Amino acid sequence: MSASAMVTVSYREAMRAAIREALLGDERVFLMGEDVGAYGGCFGVSKGLLEEFGPERIRDTPLSESAFVGAGIGAAMGGMRPIVEVMTVNFCLLALDQIMNNAATITHMSGGQFAIPLVIRMTTGAGRQVAAQHSHSLEGWLAHIPGLRLLAPATLADARGMLALSLEDPNPVLIFEHGSLYNMEGELPADAGAVDIERAAVRRTGEHVTLIAYGGTLSTAMQAADELAGAGIEAEVIDLRVLRPLDDSTVIESLARTHRAVIIDEGWRSGSLAAEVSARIMEQAFYELDAPVARVCSAEVPMPYAQHLEQAALPQASTVVAEARRMVGGG
Amino acid sequence: MPSLGADMTSGTLLEWRVKPGDAVKRGDIVAVVDTSKAEIEVEIFEDGVIDELLVPEGTRVPVGTALATVRAGTEDEVPSARPVPAAPQPPEAHRLRASPIARRVAQQLGVDLAAVTGSGAAGAITKADVEHAAAGAVTPVAPAPAAPAPAASGAPAPPPAPPATPAGEPGDRALAMRQAIGALMARSKREIPHYYLQTQIDMSRALAWLAEENLNRPIAERLLPSALLLSAAARAAAATPALNGFWVDEAFRPAEGVHLGVAISLRGGGLVAPALHDADRSSLDELMSGLRDLVTRARAGRLRGSEMSDPTITVTNLGEQGVELVHGVIYPPQVALVGFGAVLERPWALEGMIGARPIVTATLAADHRASDGHAGSRFLTLIDRQLQKPEEL
Amino acid sequence: MSAEQPLERDHGLHLLSQMLRVRRFEEKCVELYSAAKIRGFMHLYIGEEAVAVGAIEALEPDDAVVATYREHGHALVRGVSAGAIMAEMYGKLEGCSRGRGGSMHLFDAATRFYGGNAIVGGGLPLALGLALADKLQGRERVTACFFGDGAVAEGEFHESMNLAALWRLPVLFCCENNLYAMGTAIERYESETELALKAASYEMPAWSVDGMDVIAVEDAARRATAEVRGGMPCFLELRTYRFRAHSMYDPDLYRSKEEIEHYKQHDPIPGLTGRLEAAGLVTAEDIEEIERSVAEEIEVAIAFAEAGTLEPVEDLERFVYWEGTTA
Repeated sequence: MSASAMVTVSYREAMRAAIREALLGDERVFLMGEDVGAYGGCFGVSKGLLEEFGPERIRDTPLSESAFVGAGIGAAMGGMRPIVEVMTVNFCLLALDQIMNNAATITHMSGGQFAIPLVIRMTTGAGRQVAAQHSHSLEGWLAHIPGLRLLAPATLADARGMLALSLEDPNPVLIFEHGSLYNMEGELPADAGAVDIERAAVRRTGEHVTLIAYGGTLSTAMQAADELAGAGIEAEVIDLRVLRPLDDSTVIESLARTHRAVIIDEGWRSGSLAAEVSARIMEQAFYELDAPVARVCSAEVPMPYAQHLEQAALPQASTVVAEARRMVGGG
Repeated sequence: MPSLGADMTSGTLLEWRVKPGDAVKRGDIVAVVDTSKAEIEVEIFEDGVIDELLVPEGTRVPVGTALATVRAGTEDEVPSARPVPAAPQPPEAHRLRASPIARRVAQQLGVDLAAVTGSGAAGAITKADVEHAAAGAVTPVAPAPAAPAPAASGAPAPPPAPPATPAGEPGDRALAMRQAIGALMARSKREIPHYYLQTQIDMSRALAWLAEENLNRPIAERLLPSALLLSAAARAAAATPALNGFWVDEAFRPAEGVHLGVAISLRGGGLVAPALHDADRSSLDELMSGLRDLVTRARAGRLRGSEMSDPTITVTNLGEQGVELVHGVIYPPQVALVGFGAVLERPWALEGMIGARPIVTATLAADHRASDGHAGSRFLTLIDRQLQKPEEL
Repeated sequence: MSAEQPLERDHGLHLLSQMLRVRRFEEKCVELYSAAKIRGFMHLYIGEEAVAVGAIEALEPDDAVVATYREHGHALVRGVSAGAIMAEMYGKLEGCSRGRGGSMHLFDAATRFYGGNAIVGGGLPLALGLALADKLQGRERVTACFFGDGAVAEGEFHESMNLAALWRLPVLFCCENNLYAMGTAIERYESETELALKAASYEMPAWSVDGMDVIAVEDAARRATAEVRGGMPCFLELRTYRFRAHSMYDPDLYRSKEEIEHYKQHDPIPGLTGRLEAAGLVTAEDIEEIERSVAEEIEVAIAFAEAGTLEPVEDLERFVYWEGTTA
């Protein structure tokens, strides 16, 4: 196989390949979490890894989010490079004490004496009719916390490439994998490797309006951009990728070209990441704006089970299109 | 708020120089106003005692707003009645719906947002609307009710008063000045049917006389060629009434004297054209000192109101910049603008012989409603004649 | 459990000296707190010194300590210098956490002192991780994790007991049972007040110790660390009592003067002194000498803190992310 050969992979496989590569490349790396071993991962990400690497490095844990996330922090401080999987972002609330009071603070609280080279992966987002305790996007809450790095791989390349530098980061890195992405398939170079974990990415260029999305909403934004192009509106699509620290400059540079922004965020509107991005645009690019910043967020309800209600609660491409058309005018 | 220039629709009262109870006499400076082009001292035109200051410092009000009340007599007298109250302030105009970048671009391009029709959400003015308006690409289907009636008046009805704002930062001032110049020049080109004439003038005699004259003067009192040009233009204007005055209310109104507006460029960008009063009757020395004084005060932002509102004809001299020729844009409601380029050595044929002579190109831009080419030609010819007899200037 | 083995003079003097260092240091802290030299929350260990001194005595230099917000004593005994601790409480750059932690967050990488954790129960998972790292890297080290009786009511305690036993992590759990979770007496918040039984239910060795007897604590800790090094976590319930209020803000309304006086009769410092004297192992001069040396150490520490500098405000946002190189 040549270096540039393309292979068809799913997001799940890309993530698994990244974990496998990390396990092969560094003895300090191990994976722990609920059902990562014998079950193969709740979403199948770690399937086969227990057989390959054994129970010392692929560790099934009790349903003790606080204990195993905290153990990840301690292990990182003790010289390991743990990858901790929390089944969903809703469950990470059970470990929030460890994430907030230890992972995010010990480096600072100790006057810089201790690094916390820890990676926590978790599934986020809705769209699979799993209702109000498994569907939420709480990235915005966690993005509030200084001391953490938050990533949202929305593409195969990011699923494959973000983990490597995350493990090299001496700070806690939280990776949010949107549940709807695991089955996404596409082509990746067989030798696809590490990607940066600092910058947002422009996924599509356009001059009339900037659509800002991340994780699960990137596809919504791309779909909206396609529809807008049909109406003569060229939308630029930014994939935030890094939710903390936010890459303001990519967003502001885009606004300087398009002067209009729609932010698509699966979190609830109030106090959301979308609110933060909007505020930064207001602070840094107010005089570039040709229309008020628009937000397309989830409806402010716990996620309902019924499919039609769930879809109604989630950001839809049609809403994005309507917002963009409204602010661009006739186009 | 006095009108301190045809383009001024409102001003910010920067500073009071008097307080209630002060005795004032005609000509006293009572306040300083920012017209957005310059800070200008406001004179009072009657004698009396300041009774009440109606507009606080830092407030922007429309032209015509009473700033203070003055009672007749001396400060010992008790007023017999309450002074006439100031005209009620117009209610604050509805804030235009315009995007931040539309406002920014409008300032840069000198576009009056009140005259732009918005195409954005809920009728908001967008950047594109402003750019179209600046390019003249869009004519509103129906003019907004508040928009000034086209043409006609030398003092058009002011657009709705902007909300009171404190005096801006220097950067804002420069933007505001560009906006004001832009609005005035656009109005000039829109309303005034310009015609243009030009002639070349041999400056040999004038410069020779000047060199001789300056030999006997201390450096500080030496005359510059521009003094000769200004004097010649002023005297020519006095002899050509159709070029010296104002187009107001669909008619030409000749001016009483010749108050020569001199265009002065400012360091931060932009320009002003304050008056040299009675220039046709001033000596060269008076013109020189008057010019120096105006330049100094213009650049310090301290011109007087009358200097801004009184010019009857304007001279622009771009000779210092090295250009040969300037076709000017008339300052409404004036009807003529004289331009001088640089004095340059040029081949010059005289009595069948070609020689090198110092030549200046004089131009005239004039309002065809007030005069025609005949008057204009005569005017330029008069300037030439004056400059051939410098000793009479 | 009581220690019947013969006491050696040097070791006895050493233990006494350690307890006196903690006692006198904290007594000085009260004074400095009143003088507003130390601010924030400050929790005193006075009365409980035998626990930290006895337990840490059983540790090797490369073992780790995870402590709580009542940790001045642990840090001192573990080898963090009195000056660095005092400077920390002064909020000075020379403090062991550069003045960013304060009384509740003493950290010291050199002595493997992992803080000063002020979330009750929050240090336990951390200790598991440190132990897991040792286990995975084949290092035979102990992580001693101190926590109060109040932590036993936290979910993190139970999650951690279970995981430690399940994965046979080398952790020595030292539960400092001073009978109160802040102001709530143990019978008012625990259904089972025999705390060792809780740990035992997770299938790990667990027993109670007289925490006012430093010899007993040391003896228990030595036996427990041997178990831990053998691959099994251990739990010690160290029964103790704090003589002073929970913190400097606490009016101490929830317990009687009589109760406090009762426990003061079991003060670990006179307790050890009496035993040493009875055995003829110390003289009044020995004790005088220890007091003099301790006083001098504290004096030097205060001078160090007083002379310390404040971190420049421009550095406010430093150390939120790691600045050095990882080990």
